[in-house]
Amino acid sequence: MAQSVIKVVDVKKSFGAVKALKGVSLEIAPGEIHCLAGENGCGKSTLIKIISGVHAPDSGHIEFGDKIYTKISPIEAIMNGVQVIYQDFSIFPNLTVMENIVFNSELKDRRKLVNWKRFRRIAEQAVDRIGFKVDLNARVGDLPVADKQLVAICRALMFNAKLIIMDEPTTALTKKEVNALFKIIMSLKEQGIAILFVSHKLNEVFEISERFTILRNGEKIITGNTSELDDKKFTYYMTGREFEDLRFKPKNVSDEPLLEVENLGLTGYFHDVSFSLKRGEILGITGLLGSGRTELALSLFGISPADQGKIRIKGQEVVIDSVASAMKHNIGYVPEDRLSEGLFLPQSIADNIVISELENISSKSGVIDKKKRRSEIEKWVKELGVATNNPNNACNTLSGGNQQKVVLAKWLSRNLDILILNGPTVGVDIGAKHDIHAILQNLAHEGLGIIIISDDLPEILQNSSKIIIMKNGTVVAELNPEEIVENQLSEYMMGGNE
Amino acid sequence: MMGKKMKGLLSKHEFYISLVIVLLCIMIEIRSGQFFTPNNLVDLSSALIVPGLFAIGAFMVIVSGGIDVSFPALASLSVYATTRILTDINYKGGILLPIVMVLVFGALLGAFNGFFIAKLKLPTMIITLGTSSVFKGIMQGVLNSTQIPNIPEGMKNFGTAALFVAKNEQLGLTSRMPVAVLVLIVAIGLAFFVLRYTMFGRAIYAIGGNETSAYRAGFNVGRTKFILYVIVGAVSSLAGLIRTCMMGQMHPTNMLGMEMMIIAGVVLGGVAITGGDGTLTGCMLGTILIVMVQNSLILLGVPTYWQEFFLGALIIVGTGISAMQVLRNRKRLVSKKLGEESS
Repeated sequence: MAQSVIKVVDVKKSFGAVKALKGVSLEIAPGEIHCLAGENGCGKSTLIKIISGVHAPDSGHIEFGDKIYTKISPIEAIMNGVQVIYQDFSIFPNLTVMENIVFNSELKDRRKLVNWKRFRRIAEQAVDRIGFKVDLNARVGDLPVADKQLVAICRALMFNAKLIIMDEPTTALTKKEVNALFKIIMSLKEQGIAILFVSHKLNEVFEISERFTILRNGEKIITGNTSELDDKKFTYYMTGREFEDLRFKPKNVSDEPLLEVENLGLTGYFHDVSFSLKRGEILGITGLLGSGRTELALSLFGISPADQGKIRIKGQEVVIDSVASAMKHNIGYVPEDRLSEGLFLPQSIADNIVISELENISSKSGVIDKKKRRSEIEKWVKELGVATNNPNNACNTLSGGNQQKVVLAKWLSRNLDILILNGPTVGVDIGAKHDIHAILQNLAHEGLGIIIISDDLPEILQNSSKIIIMKNGTVVAELNPEEIVENQLSEYMMGGNE
Repeated sequence: MMGKKMKGLLSKHEFYISLVIVLLCIMIEIRSGQFFTPNNLVDLSSALIVPGLFAIGAFMVIVSGGIDVSFPALASLSVYATTRILTDINYKGGILLPIVMVLVFGALLGAFNGFFIAKLKLPTMIITLGTSSVFKGIMQGVLNSTQIPNIPEGMKNFGTAALFVAKNEQLGLTSRMPVAVLVLIVAIGLAFFVLRYTMFGRAIYAIGGNETSAYRAGFNVGRTKFILYVIVGAVSSLAGLIRTCMMGQMHPTNMLGMEMMIIAGVVLGGVAITGGDGTLTGCMLGTILIVMVQNSLILLGVPTYWQEFFLGALIIVGTGISAMQVLRNRKRLVSKKLGEESS
């Protein structure tokens, strides 16, 4: 191996009694694309923070070429060519593209005054380097997510970067944008820049990286070539558990449809959407971001009511014009962004579970029955396997997967007929993802009608009894998951513009 | 090209607030015929000095993502201390020493705010509510403040010194343009320069936009905030001194309660209360509007007790418009995105 860009040797780090890293080593060569994977809490972010100088390791050291550091400051990390692109991109939404790009280097040069001409010159060079076409005077907050990320990349390249760490860079991107990003990563590689790519999306790991490292519970499980990796092994290394693919086989399907949608539309978002859902079925809806899939879900839940077409529930035509009316018809919705729309994060797990069934657990005068409340909470924590020793802890102490279970509990406690889930496992660990899939399949067997909206194609294929694909605001195909494979799905989604 | 410029103008908050100001001017002129008289304009400018200086401070704090409700109490304390000391030693000199003293006191008290805000990282509203009470307590308890009817000669002279005198031939009224208006003009110029052409100024915007990002980019967030509150303390105290000089007496509680009106003016000028967004021009226009409503409704024949009502209505409408603009922009972004995906 050629002289490496960075060598991390036997680094250990504890926070109080928690051992975040128990002796991890990592070596990356120039121009190498290295994938770092692992479940939440495995020590990924701690490792990144140690490399970028935010945390000091308890023992072990970091080598940049001949220089050996037992502890590194953020500025030293930058001087050695390390740049981090955080998940939130660390941008200033209120400022222009130009300022966002130039600030770091101006601060590094300890400049006190602003020279707008120099700002523009530097920014122009930076965007040219990756061929990024953008108005330098545009407010970054007004740009699409993918452009925000490119701004962050341009900024990272300002410092003669040798290693760029990208923390889950594809989370908020559409397929098309991911491809564009990968092209840029490849061109950086050609310039000899190494990329440490943090992701737990399998297909991306396979597509982009040459080597990978997987951490679990603060230990390095394995480093190797991506070509020797497959699905099963990847999941096993990440979780230490073997999972069987539980393909959904509907039983107990009702004869009568539970929900029928006829030519439903919302001007400007989607139109002519028709489908039906029976008890015991799971309907998978997929499509690119902006295909109208999210808006369809929002309409069915009354957040942005449809203005065309009909909705029938159990054969009766109904009007869903508010969340209250959707809830009256026993419809539940698990939103895309559970953090801001699905949960009261600082509140306790217990309160989050009972929030939507308050009327059931309180007396006529509106006083909450403590016994009922406790038994409800115990029941759901147990039934869904929420990993907590005290339901009075705040919800934000849970991992993504467990938070999602709390969102589910909140709805299930209401005796729903129809449950709509938008991106049910976004940002959830593989282990928890399997648990959630199992829960959903069980619910369907118990007689719930479920709609899953997701762009995670394996998830849709594995869990649906019927799939509809949306594109440009309408349904382009209705498919049976038994008869198709993943590639066909994405062909329909991207499909030639006939 | 022209179209693009027009569109840029129409999306600017400053354009709408200027429009409201012009309309209000015309309305008052039609009703009273007295608005565009030289003495009224001079009176207005003179009434703008103190709120204008306060507004500059409040504006910078709001842009940084904070909110300061302590500046009237802070100014009262530093001006009271200055005036008390100078009268006790029977000071006979010019305005220079009082200005220096009040700036030093203001900076010290501002540093008190800044220390807690930068070090303890508590919400600025809570801290400044607290320090506001502390400042009032020191003034009224420790210093046992009472009205000082005879302020030093130098201060009084500064307050009455006129740059020029405007006459209203029709009514035979004269109004003096105070020399202190120069302080406001210089302060606006300095604030503009600092906010636009220094890294410190850009840091204020950056912190207001995203504090974590600012920290990661290498801005010294704590130091920037500390310096900011020191500056605001000094500027506010200078405003207080000017007010005292212009009134010719020191009234310790006279300025208390002004904070809400000043903050309202800044917000009315399109400065986002959540931080990071807003221009000095907008801030000054908002303050002008508030001062006009306070001073000129009398000319319209509106009883003074209706002033509060109009101020309140103005704030609701003004902030409502900017809230609607935000919504509209968001919608446009969504439809743009839809368009991109389908193309």
